[in-house]
Amino acid sequence: MPRLWIDGQELEVEQGVTVLEAARKIGIDIPTLCYLKDLNAPASCRVCLVQVEGRPTMDPACVLEAQENMHVLTHTPEVVAARKQMVELLLSDHPFECLTCERNLNCELQRLAKRFGIRDIRLEGSRNHFPVDDLSPSVVREPDKCIRCRRCISICEYQQAVGIYRMIERSFNAVAGPAFNGSLMETPCIYCGQCITVCPTGALREQDSTARVWEALQNPDLHVIVQTAPAIRSTIGEEFGYPIGTDVTGKMVAALKRLGFDRVFDDCFGADVTIMEEARELAERLERGGPFPQFTACCPSWVRFCESFYPDLIDNLSAVKSPQQIFGALAKTYYAREAGIDPARIFVVSIMPCVSKKYELLRPEMNASGFRDVDAELSTREFAQMLFQAGIDLRKMPDEAYDSPMGYASGAGVIFGSTGGVMEAALRTVYEMLTGEELEQVEFPEVRSEEYKDAEIQMGQYRLKAAVARGTGEARRLIEAVLKGEKEYHFVEVMACPAGCVGGGGQPIYIETNDWNEQVAHRSRRAGGLYEQDRRKEFRKSHTNPSVIKLYQDFLGHPGSDLARQLLHTSYVSRKLYAPEPLPRKEHKQKVQPL
Amino acid sequence: MAVKSARETELYHQLTRALEKYKGKSGVLIAALQEAQQIFGYLPRQVMIHVANELTIPLAEVYSVVSFYSLFSTVPVGLHRLEVCMGTACYVRGAEKLLQGLQDKLGLKPGEVSADGRFSIATTRCTGACGAAPVIKVGDELYGGMNEEGLDRLIKELKQ
Repeated sequence: MPRLWIDGQELEVEQGVTVLEAARKIGIDIPTLCYLKDLNAPASCRVCLVQVEGRPTMDPACVLEAQENMHVLTHTPEVVAARKQMVELLLSDHPFECLTCERNLNCELQRLAKRFGIRDIRLEGSRNHFPVDDLSPSVVREPDKCIRCRRCISICEYQQAVGIYRMIERSFNAVAGPAFNGSLMETPCIYCGQCITVCPTGALREQDSTARVWEALQNPDLHVIVQTAPAIRSTIGEEFGYPIGTDVTGKMVAALKRLGFDRVFDDCFGADVTIMEEARELAERLERGGPFPQFTACCPSWVRFCESFYPDLIDNLSAVKSPQQIFGALAKTYYAREAGIDPARIFVVSIMPCVSKKYELLRPEMNASGFRDVDAELSTREFAQMLFQAGIDLRKMPDEAYDSPMGYASGAGVIFGSTGGVMEAALRTVYEMLTGEELEQVEFPEVRSEEYKDAEIQMGQYRLKAAVARGTGEARRLIEAVLKGEKEYHFVEVMACPAGCVGGGGQPIYIETNDWNEQVAHRSRRAGGLYEQDRRKEFRKSHTNPSVIKLYQDFLGHPGSDLARQLLHTSYVSRKLYAPEPLPRKEHKQKVQPL
Repeated sequence: MAVKSARETELYHQLTRALEKYKGKSGVLIAALQEAQQIFGYLPRQVMIHVANELTIPLAEVYSVVSFYSLFSTVPVGLHRLEVCMGTACYVRGAEKLLQGLQDKLGLKPGEVSADGRFSIATTRCTGACGAAPVIKVGDELYGGMNEEGLDRLIKELKQ
């Protein structure tokens, strides 16, 4: 237990604790920028410099281990001047576009500039000009705003196990990016957008779809309907100052009606239908004897991960489309028929915690009805942006109810937004399907966990082995264990993002902590609102949802019927990891640099 | 994607065989890339992808290493690659003039290859032969005390 002095205060810390963490314990907040505890500590930004007595130069506190008898000074004039200079150096090669930047007022670099009271730019010199990559449907990369913190590299490599980013080139031209500083489209990027959520600046952001949605809302010939994903209702509130995880479903519905949507529906209804089809598929596999495990396929990033890295396993992916696509396909067939509206006039918008859904809706096969299942997707952030533009204050909204016939969801559909939720929702239905008995205890604490979890559940004659993987990194470890024969499962849920969709790449960006584990905990807390709503629901199993029963009675027939297969099932492709040739790039007008 | 010529196909086979010994090992990327560069003369995109796939290393990692070390070239190089040393000693003894002279005589800029494929020009960091400054490196050979006449002699020698 080293004993040290920080700014004259004596303290004892555990072996291995950094000076940064030690200082925090006694209320000294050393600034950081690149650091994200337990995920990224390259000491590249140097804004956490401190002076240790007896050492000739300053050290970065984020990687400096506390040692016995160390005397640390954290805010001498020299230290403050050195940190300030590090920020000034970063600013000297950073575009001054704060006013037009997506991360305006939510940017870690901007915050540091404010904290250090930087009033003019004393340092001027060369500036990097890299091409913008906006070819992918999901993620836009603007390397001029990169501050080389390497967080995107760390999250993509260690958390997601995808690894498309590295530090590339050398010296002043060095930047974090994909091979050849090319487009993400030339890589196995899964479009999860996790890099966006940890980027301290606006170097990574989502493709903006708000203009397309505004245009549709303005078009009198279109009937514009919206579906809201499970994980939106407990996160959109954050953008309006609600505590983390507050369920604001009623207010959200009211706000959407005021934005001008003709009908406001619940994507959780789509989730319920997904469960009907997926549970049936699992029952079929159990009868047939495989192939196992059956992987959920609700998450397009996970699907793309499987198609790219484990193409031999695409038959293990559930053939059932994701709730977003199921909802879209039903909107343009079932709803069109019920409402008597020409499907060509129906414009389906989805609001998702996700940037990958923008890519999923463009997949060529997602048009079984003869029309695109879904026409546009908004992330939680873009949805908030539209409400701000329209001047709609969520806090002032009354509670309103979803429209029918696709607005009622069971509790099972709602918990889709949390990690383990799809598994639990499926188990509630599979149990009754396999045993023919009513499930008394609908909650499955076995699969509700913040840790990687596997469970064995007796279901009639079957002992079902199930697992939940949070993040593609965990999925990769799980698959490797299965391939080696160390593990055996019947059913596996995979969500690409840590904590599931509540931690999705399209969710509000939270920059109040530089600790990765706190980030994940923050995301997990959002799920609380979903389980809360599940408990309040009259119907908690997908197959007991009256709207779902009506859908099958009036339209689809039964799960797995020919019509259900045609509209609600899909197929997968095996993908090459890397594009052999670079994609043609768009020309971008060089933005004016005021300096 | 252009169809590979028979010669190219053979080079890729050679590369695949060469990479076999590196599979499943860590810390082998630089050695593997050096061998790939020996086979192809340089490291085009396709070769980097081949190395990444064979060794199951992210392509970004391969490119990261290739774009960091100046010993790797992503563009074709001439049969003779003339590297002008830009180390301090060579620099003060006229390396810059030497580089310019070489460009004028061969009608090439650094990174280009002469039409006959014989020559390309590059600069290099200190070669450790400061006593012989200014120095030009060609393959494993060092040519010291270089000047205008020395350049003419060297080019004539290499043309034969």
